[in-house]
Parts: sequence; C-alpha cells; structure tokens
Amino acid sequence: MQSGQQRMPLEGEERFSSGCAISGIIDRSGQRFSARSAITSISVMHDRSNGLGGGFAGYGIYPEYKDHYAFHLFYYSKEAKVGCELFLEEHFDLINLSKIPTEKNPNITDEPLIWRYFVTPLPTKLASSQLEEDEYTARCVITINSTIKGAYVFSSGKNMGVFKAVGYPEDVGQFYRLDDYKGYCWTVHGRYPTNTPGWWGGSHPFALLDYSVVHNGEISSYDANRRFIEMFGYNCTLQTDTEVITYMIDYLHRRQGLTLEEVCHVIAAPFWSTISRKSEEEIAQYTYLRNTFASMLITGPFSIILGFTGGLMALNDRLKLRSLVAAEKGDMVYLASEEAAIRIIEPNPDRVWHPSGGKPVIVTLNT
Amino acid sequence: MGINYLYPDYEVHRDREKCISCRVCERQCANEVHSYDKETNRMVADDSACVNCHRCVTLCPTHALKIVKTDHLFKENANWKGEVIQDIYRQAATGGVLLASMGNPKEYPVYWDKVLINASQVTNPSIDPLREPMETRTFLGQKEAKIRRDENGRIITKTSPQLSLTIPIMFSAMSYGSISYNAHKSLALAAQQLGTFYNTGEGGLHEDFYQYGKNTIVQVASGRFGVHPGYLNAGAAIEIKMGQGAKPGIGGHLPGSKIGQDISKTRMIPEHADAISPAPHHDIYSIEDLRQLVYALKEATAYTKPIIVKVAAVHNISAIASGIARSGADIIAIDGFRGGTGAAPARTRDNVGIPIELALASVDTRLRQEGIRNNVSLVVGGSIRSSADVIKAIALGADAIYVATGALLALGCHLCRTCQSGKCNWGIATQKPELVKRLNPEVGSQRLVNLITAWDHEIKEMMGGMGINSIEALKGNRLMLRGIGLNETELQILGISHAGN
Repeated sequence: MQSGQQRMPLEGEERFSSGCAISGIIDRSGQRFSARSAITSISVMHDRSNGLGGGFAGYGIYPEYKDHYAFHLFYYSKEAKVGCELFLEEHFDLINLSKIPTEKNPNITDEPLIWRYFVTPLPTKLASSQLEEDEYTARCVITINSTIKGAYVFSSGKNMGVFKAVGYPEDVGQFYRLDDYKGYCWTVHGRYPTNTPGWWGGSHPFALLDYSVVHNGEISSYDANRRFIEMFGYNCTLQTDTEVITYMIDYLHRRQGLTLEEVCHVIAAPFWSTISRKSEEEIAQYTYLRNTFASMLITGPFSIILGFTGGLMALNDRLKLRSLVAAEKGDMVYLASEEAAIRIIEPNPDRVWHPSGGKPVIVTLNT
Repeated sequence: MGINYLYPDYEVHRDREKCISCRVCERQCANEVHSYDKETNRMVADDSACVNCHRCVTLCPTHALKIVKTDHLFKENANWKGEVIQDIYRQAATGGVLLASMGNPKEYPVYWDKVLINASQVTNPSIDPLREPMETRTFLGQKEAKIRRDENGRIITKTSPQLSLTIPIMFSAMSYGSISYNAHKSLALAAQQLGTFYNTGEGGLHEDFYQYGKNTIVQVASGRFGVHPGYLNAGAAIEIKMGQGAKPGIGGHLPGSKIGQDISKTRMIPEHADAISPAPHHDIYSIEDLRQLVYALKEATAYTKPIIVKVAAVHNISAIASGIARSGADIIAIDGFRGGTGAAPARTRDNVGIPIELALASVDTRLRQEGIRNNVSLVVGGSIRSSADVIKAIALGADAIYVATGALLALGCHLCRTCQSGKCNWGIATQKPELVKRLNPEVGSQRLVNLITAWDHEIKEMMGGMGINSIEALKGNRLMLRGIGLNETELQILGISHAGN
C-alpha cells in the first residue's frame, strides 16, 4: 500500500464513476441452473469492463438454509473477523459458518478473508428491538459496515448470495467456483471504474437483504438521493450509485410497501408532460409519488437489473441513456447491456426487445 | 450651523455641449435636484439633494447627464472612514436613529460568488434543454411520511395543501404601502403569467388584487394590518412573518405620510397615522405559541392553505428552523441579512443577522440530521441575484427561492437605497400619484416575466450541463458545488468540498 500523497483513495473515501456491463437470466419455471450461462454472457462484453470489478448474484442457491439469512463477509484483518463475529453472536443465532470456497486465479489477487454465515436473529433481541425481522437484520448489516473497520457484509439475503471481487467477471466466476452453485436466477456485473477501487467491497452487485442491484451508469442525482435516504437510517459508505439505488429500492419497496411499478414511478418518474396525458386517477397517483418522494428521482444515465426473491426487474433512466436489451425463450428471460450477450447463450430467442426509458421489465417466477 | 454641512456624496455632471435645457430632468426629479436658471438659460443642479437614482440620467434625451462619486474627502483614515465620520455628525445633529433602505451594502463575503457549479464530461452525458424535456416544476408543502392505501389497495393521494410552482422562484413579501399600487399590480400580473406567487407583505391585500388570489401569498405580521377572514382565504398560502433579514428582531414602521385613503382602507388603520408593527408578535413569545397561530390560521382556512413561517437568518437559525418544522408549518422561509427593506435602522440592517448561504446550508443539514427535512419545504431569500444563485441555493438544499430586490430592479429600481424618503422617482417605493403613474403595470409585469423567463432558460441550461433533467434531483445535491477561496469552517458549514477536491 502506498502512503501519503501517492496513496490512491479507497472506494468510499471519494466518489468514483464507472461504466459497466450487466446481464441477468431467470428461469420462470423455477428450474435451477449454474452460473455458467451468466459467465458466458458477461464474457462477451469483456471490453465493457476493465478488470477492476466483477460479481454475481444468485437466487435459490441455498435451499437447505432457505429460512436463514446468508451473510457473506469480507475481512481485511483478523481483528475485524473477531469483532464482527462477536457482534454476530450478540445479535444472531449462527446456524452455520464457513469460508466461502474459492480457487486460485492468476488474475484475482489481494483477496481478503471471505466468510459465510447462515444466521437468524436472536428471538429475545428481535423482540426487544420491536422491529420486523428484515428491518432488524438490515440495521445490523448497516451497523457492521459502518462501524467495524475492515469487516464488510456484502450479501445478506435469504436463499441468495452475492459473489464479487476485483477482476474481470469471468475470472470472478471461476474464483468463486460458481459452476458449483445452482439458482433459478443470476445477475452479473463487469465494472469499468474511472479510478482504482482498491478493495473488493466496491465491486457489484450491491445487496441489502434479498435485494441486489447491478447497474451501469453514472447518476447525476447522487448526492440529492444520498442525503435524502440517509435520513432513514441508511449509511452510504461506498459513495457509489449502486449502493444508493439499492437503499432507495429497499426503502420504497420493503419499508413503504410500494409495488415495483410504483417504485419506478418514483425513481424513474415519467415527465410531467407524459403524466398530464394520463387519466385523472393516474395523474393523481403519479403526481403524489413524484411529489412525496421527489428527492428519490434518479437523473442521469443508468440501466439496472434488480434481483429479488422470486424475480428480476430491469429499468432504464427516463431518457434511456444506457443500453439495455431484453429477450425471452420459453420460460427463460434474458436481460443484458448488449444483445450479443444474450445471443451467445440463446441464439434463437422467441422475442428480443429494447425496453423504453423509465419503463420497467418485471419478471417473476410462474406461480 | 456649518458643522452640520455634509459635502454631497454625488455630483451631477452635465455636459454643457449636449444639454439643450429641455427641463426633462427637472420634471423627473422628485428630489428637486435640477432647476432652470432663466438668467443664464442653463440647467443647474443641487448635488446635495441627489440620491443617485439615475432617473434623470436615463431620461435625458441628449445623454448630457451622469452622476459621479465625489472626490471630496476627509483626511484618509483606515478606521475613521468618511462615512463613519458623517454618521457621527448626523446623529450629533439630530439625536436620531440612522435610517436606511434596501439590503445590507457592506463588504461582507458573498458566498454565492465563492461557490462553483459542476458539469458533465465523458462519464455521463450533459442534456440539451433544447432537445430534451427539462423540468422545473416544484411543489411546496409537507410530504406524507407513510404511504396509505384504501380498501382496494390504491394509494390515498390526498396530501396536506401544496403550492405548485412552474419554476422554483417566487416574489417575496413587499407590502402595499412600502411599494406602490402599480408595483404590486406588476408583481401580481407577472406571478399569474409565470405560474408562481407574489407576496402581499404585511400591508393587506388591495381589493382590486383579490382576482390574483391563486397566485398570491398573504402575510400575517406582528401588526396584523389588513388581516381578516376574507384576506386569509383570498390567497393560495399564508405566511406568518416572524422576522425579516434586513431587520431581524425589530418591527416595521410605515410613516403616516404614506398612509392615504387606499392604504388606510387596505391596512384597516386610520389615515395618516403611523403604522407601527411591533418587534415580536405579542401572541408569540415562544415556539409553542407559534404552533397556536399556525393552527389558528389553518382552522380559519379549513386546512386548505399551506402555512409559511418566515424568519430572519440569525445565529441559531438551525435550531429555530427545527422548532418551526415541528410546529405544523408547511414551509419555512428564511431571509438572509442581505435582504431588502423599505426602511430599517441602518445599524440593524448592516450588523444583525447572517448570510443566507450559511443559514440555508446549516438548516438543511440539521433538518436532515433530525430526519424531518421532508416534513417541511424550505424557501430562501436575501439576496438571490441571478439564475446561478438560484442553482446554488437549490443545490445547497432549498426547495425554492424568494426574489424581491431583483424584481424591483426589473421594474426600474436603481438601488439608490432611499426608499424611506417616499420620493421614488421610478414609481416603486412611493405613494405619490404623480410618481406612481410612472410605473406602467403592463410594462412592469412584462419585464418581470422576461427576467424570470431568462433565469429559467439559464437554470435549464446549467441543469442540463450537470446531466440533471429535473429540478428535484438538484435539490440538496451538494456534490454539484465546490468552494473557491473558502476556509475549512466555511466549507464544513456549507457541506461542500473545495474546488480541485
């Protein structure tokens, strides 16, 4: 590590921007499949990343522990691990803990300690907090990430997991042996930051509980969004777009109970001119959401794929300043920054389309 | 006594070659500076009466006139400047409080001028407002904290009363009395045309102007002039004036000489009696009293109008604002120490209060720390001079801004700072019919519309440059700002980084 003036700031110490590649695959029938197709898809978009960040989110990968929160942690020191485990033991029942299996890859270096814990909130602690289980868990995650130096929870949902590192996504997939995991849905991210992130927490997907976000873009509303969402107990330690977007979705969807469509009417709200052409009832609804959550409007270019239990949502900014393609074949739905990244894994899709700016594509498992 | 003679600050320079003795200057000057000397067939000027308002200069058909600062001086002294010495002479002669008007002219830091705005390069695109929608619509009022749904699961869209602005700029309070009927009419017409609001100040609402009620904010101040149920219900919102940036801590004084029949009727006070509004509201000695007035006004208007509480920017403004945000108020208006006035004691105007930039940053930060920023909207004024100031204010955290001095300038004011004399040659700060008629409300309102439209274009251009296409994404977006030449404390209060960082 360099010192003094020559030391690059770490992710979180200042705000970096980045371009990216994103891809998402879901089997609506709920059939589970390995991350191989996600790896293949993202590898086509190699030039959209620069080796400074890659990662995956898989859903349905821990059926044997599906009722427990799966915490994935990076530790940058032994003390961080001791401190964090102390915290975890104080707040949760630890059902299982282990190192996350990895295999050496010459392109993936400087790895931290990477651990996984299956946990469930301690009933007495949960009861005395007077919080819902999810809220309790989310607060614990935010506390660890903002107060225990060198410890970082990068995945905290049930029956899902995030795997990320500094490197090209295809190398990251191999490093984490993702061929060994099977899920009904995968998202993947390759990053092109304009700066060296310096540590692995800055890679994407970014996740809180079972929400995970992969994002391509650089939002111009960042500080308006950040300063607003931080009023509600969130702490944007990474200073990245993906982090603030994930928190806003968590707040609007989980805490305010908005539907995903309604969430999109806040974060990628239609223009007033568009709203004015809608029915009276719709005008009232859209206006209410834009006005009430005005500071959660996202401007500037973005394409995101949100993973959640049971589905995927893709969304572009209102002007569609980033590419995003969708396709389907039978029960499979594919979302990616480039069509080529879909064709490599499904050469003959039934339908290919380019979602309009601000119009979400929401895909859920067949019921 | 000779000792009381003060050499005039300004000298009227007349180019004898150009002057045709047409006597326009003489007719235009309410201060009686110019006169015609029959003996010599020449115009002469009494410099000592000149207030430097440029009325004669701008109307001289041959451009023969200019006003220059005198080079007459006291022996130079860094401590005892000429102005300071003259103030002593004035007070020694009269025993009176020095009066002044318009905003604080002293050389305090103007933070707007030490803050720079960002633009997009490479990593994200700027947006061209000529080709893409660029939104400036703003709502002011309390926001719901929790989504509620009806039995069919539909969101209940009823909210507290809101003001809807097409652009986040409003005309701030100036009373009928401090400014003329025609000035008021200009503001009302412009607010209506622009889709924004003007503010009655504490002078009541002239019956002719009830028709502009949808674009009017009616004020309730400590003197309660002109306040009655019809007045409260006539406007779109009600503003409780607790303080004014130009004179925090003191009330107002409209001299009886300005209170003719019309003003007397509008204010509901006797003709030619001084209208003195008390320093405090005598029913508000504490924050819980404010809450009572807020709810009294809400009751009087059946909860259909947002209530604005206007305060002057003073030292503990963030604690005050936090209290107001919990008082039931829908909007907080903060007036900085450079805000204008029709008349104020000069020492108060020049020494009391703090800059709006610091007050705004501090209040916005505090309300967010307390998690109550969405409970209340924030409007700032005193003084916003340009579209760039508007952008900076919104990025620091304001929902909208108030402009008054800028609006008066658009109407012709030349900032001579002599409003208290009531002899405004531009027909603005006067009640003399022959002066008032100089301001044509049709022309005046068009100039106001032009000004705000021009600012709107500039705001959209700069927003687009930042890659922002809706004003709400600019609000509180302090990353879009950088300080230049500011020290650590100033940066920390403003919540911005230094340029280069």
